[in-house]
Amino acid sequence: MKWPSFGYMRAAGLPDVWRALAEHGAAAQVVAGGQTLLATLAFRLSDPKLLVDITRVPELRGITLTGGMLRIGALTRHAELGRDALVARHAPLLAEAVPYIAHPAIRNRGTIGGSLAYADPAAELPACVVALDAVVVLVSAGGERRVPARDFFTGLLTTALEPGELIAAVEVPVATAATRSAIVEVARRSGDYAMAGLAACLSMDAAGNVVAPRLVCFGVGNGPVLAAHAVAALEGRALTAASIAAAQAALAQDLDPPADLHGPPEMKLHLCRVLTARALTRFLPAAEAAA
Amino acid sequence: MSPRTDITLTVNGERVTRSVEARRHLVDFLRLDLGLTGSHAGCEHGVCGACTVRVDGEIVRGCLVLAASLDGAEVTTIEGLTDSGEVTDLQDAFVARNAAQCGFCTPGMVMAAADILRHHADADRAAIREHLSGNYCRCTGYQAIVDAVAATLEARR
Repeated sequence: MKWPSFGYMRAAGLPDVWRALAEHGAAAQVVAGGQTLLATLAFRLSDPKLLVDITRVPELRGITLTGGMLRIGALTRHAELGRDALVARHAPLLAEAVPYIAHPAIRNRGTIGGSLAYADPAAELPACVVALDAVVVLVSAGGERRVPARDFFTGLLTTALEPGELIAAVEVPVATAATRSAIVEVARRSGDYAMAGLAACLSMDAAGNVVAPRLVCFGVGNGPVLAAHAVAALEGRALTAASIAAAQAALAQDLDPPADLHGPPEMKLHLCRVLTARALTRFLPAAEAAA
Repeated sequence: MSPRTDITLTVNGERVTRSVEARRHLVDFLRLDLGLTGSHAGCEHGVCGACTVRVDGEIVRGCLVLAASLDGAEVTTIEGLTDSGEVTDLQDAFVARNAAQCGFCTPGMVMAAADILRHHADADRAAIREHLSGNYCRCTGYQAIVDAVAATLEARR
């Protein structure tokens, strides 16, 4: 379907954005890669009067390493995330997630900021930033504020973004030699949103015990679900078949998946258990030695 | 909030200047404003891939790009790609293997396949299928398309 009628403004910098948002309020909608927003316009699911194009705003660009954090500008496209050397080294989970996101032509336009702001419950990047314990940097005319990723996603397609605020960047704690991360998912077709997915990040201490595990399920709730009970089943324990099984069992207390077109809640819970084993098995010393 | 935006861009090597409505997407801009009808408007919400074109060297969904946003951009369509000769062998392979039936998906399919030839010279059949997974063909069952791409890659090695 053709898009409805709307206005268009290209912002050269943040001051242009603040002026447009001040003048047009809720009638103005910021657009970056547009890979979700423009499709929703075709379906008449949103009705902005003015699109404010932020793709040329320099403050929202770039990937930099500062003080133990990798700062990824909101305008970073998925394809860039997938081939950036700093991301590959310091936040490999994000690079691993990229092939799961839609298709090459969409990954060339869609941005990390857009994916986080839209907060689709089955999307990969929201789950990844929660698993990485990242911080979402928000910017408004009044300045910057930082929100931990786990607090950023507040419900179905809703976030901590206030009117007049944009995502400026995501700050990810850099991976160390002890960090292990993985993303796995089940989808009916390559590039589809996941029926169920899991982003996992943890550290292994010198004794081989799990430290600060974060298992985040997606496609099974209103947003990324940090599986607290499964995490507790792993914390401080050696990673073994037994501790993996304990984490799998604990998922029943963490997840209350709604039935959807793909299947009933029981199936989604089952898939998350399978994915938990699939991800964690990769971190077993024997599996790592074999790899 | 201006209803129209002036853009100057390069399309298939030619510089063009137009005033476009904000609601004009790139495929309609190419087809209706420039008369380049090789790019097809299929689903118009980013699913089918029939509108695949290159913007600044990378493939995109033409139906999910605002024409108004393309000031200064370099766009290559199937017409430009064909004229350049970059994928003549691929197009010959499509013909030889009957990889086009109704032909609606073919321009987008060739644009996406050209991306494999450029960036993934070592792609196997699984990688070819993965890369083309965003381009729908309702006729061929994909087998002949994958054959054509694989044969072209093989011949170029």
